[in-house]
Amino acid sequence: MADPAPPVLTVGGLAKSYGGRPAVDGVSFSVARDEIVGLLGPNGAGKTTIISMVLGLLEPDAGRVTIDGIDLARRRPAALSRANFAAVYAPLPGNLTVRQNLRFFAGVYGLSRAAVRVDTLLEQFELEALADRRCGLLSSGEQARVGLAKAMLNTPALLLLDEPTASLDPAAAQALRARIVGLTRGQGRGALWTSHNMAEVEAVCDRVLLLWKGRILLQGEPRALVRAQGETSLEALFLRLAGDQATETA
Amino acid sequence: MNARRVLALLRRQFDLMRSSPARVLPLFAWVAVDMVLWGFIARYVESIARATHPVLPGLLGAVLLWDFFARVMQGVTTTFFEDVWSRNFLNLFGSPLSLTEYAAGLVAASIATSSIGLLVMLVLATALFGLSFAAVGVLMVPFLLLLFGFGVALGLAGCALVLRYGPAAEWLIWPIPALLSPFVGVFYPLSTLPAWMQAVGWCLPPSHVFEGLRTLLAGGTFAAGELAVALVLTGLHLLLAGWLLRRVFNYARRTGLLARYSAESVS
Repeated sequence: MADPAPPVLTVGGLAKSYGGRPAVDGVSFSVARDEIVGLLGPNGAGKTTIISMVLGLLEPDAGRVTIDGIDLARRRPAALSRANFAAVYAPLPGNLTVRQNLRFFAGVYGLSRAAVRVDTLLEQFELEALADRRCGLLSSGEQARVGLAKAMLNTPALLLLDEPTASLDPAAAQALRARIVGLTRGQGRGALWTSHNMAEVEAVCDRVLLLWKGRILLQGEPRALVRAQGETSLEALFLRLAGDQATETA
Repeated sequence: MNARRVLALLRRQFDLMRSSPARVLPLFAWVAVDMVLWGFIARYVESIARATHPVLPGLLGAVLLWDFFARVMQGVTTTFFEDVWSRNFLNLFGSPLSLTEYAAGLVAASIATSSIGLLVMLVLATALFGLSFAAVGVLMVPFLLLLFGFGVALGLAGCALVLRYGPAAEWLIWPIPALLSPFVGVFYPLSTLPAWMQAVGWCLPPSHVFEGLRTLLAGGTFAAGELAVALVLTGLHLLLAGWLLRRVFNYARRTGLLARYSAESVS
């Protein structure tokens, strides 16, 4: 029998501390193909630190990251060529047009036939009319779409989405969510999604990891987790846990 | 090393310049002003001093080489600053792009931009002052290459400083050529300087380049010894700059500086 496909992301014993204060403390999890995993937690819980370590922007103190079966520490370019990301705090350079940005990052990801790929993405993300406009002049919703198009340039096995809908109005956020789900499920791709919007996570994610002070406090399928904890929604669960943890800390 | 990644950085610079006259003008405007200004100063000095040797070729040749060096350094740092100004490090270094490929892209962009400045200076020197470097022609090439190497080294070291200390440190980078110029004897022999300044000057490749250039223009002798010393020093400075950039980059990855790099987050 053939081996099952490896997870698109495996994180084992990941740890990072700043000045002795742990930001991420021995976190382990994986993301399978066709799976969207939500990374939840209050500000400072370690979500963005984990994403930064998975992207190789931050060196972990301990632990291992493999992307599509490739060890990030040993084969960084090969591992990162199988991943891509979109984050609200990492917009594409505003002084380049949409087309120029996509062409630039197609080169950065080492794509051959970059022009064809860029044209395909412009069409797929309905960006043709904006292709020659500077990214800095686009609305938040348009910028988010361009960011997602950039994240799809190298047809990644792993999509990292750090608060992708944070600056969008409800309609634009809904459209972007639907687009991301369509790009992930049934496409052999996995996604790690961070958000403060609990309803969004509940609606979109197959599994959630609830982080608190750099550790995974709870994990599971969102609705099952809510039921098991005797709550009515993920948001109610989050608020209760946050309250419990704050009391314990005090 | 993936050539596509290096070329992407070069093409990005081209795209930025195509849509921005403010980026194109500095490529040749200041070097043109320098050539015109120093050309007329040299002509005036020649007219009043009745010098035994013509002043114009030496002075204008020195200005040309020094401006070329400054353009090379700025070509590297300006390309880097584009990513600082647009807060693009997350997008760049969260990709398969390696630091070596990135540095190669900065150098490639610098080759393109400094060549434009050099061409403008050569045309102006010939058109306005009837000066032709064709006479020394090929012999000038090693001097230019050595200055190019040193310009790259200082540019990479400047990038390391800005990465470490934040965008505000760019104001430490711009004046570096002006700060170095008294030590390297651009316009006068190093023997003119006090001993301590000479000691500093001899450690810098441009000193040997300009001493060699003066020898060449005065007597037509090719100063191979000076060039050999300059070659070794340039190699050392390049290695040192590469090491510094790598060290700062690793520090930035280790401490989280790279992940949160912005004007507000770095002091």
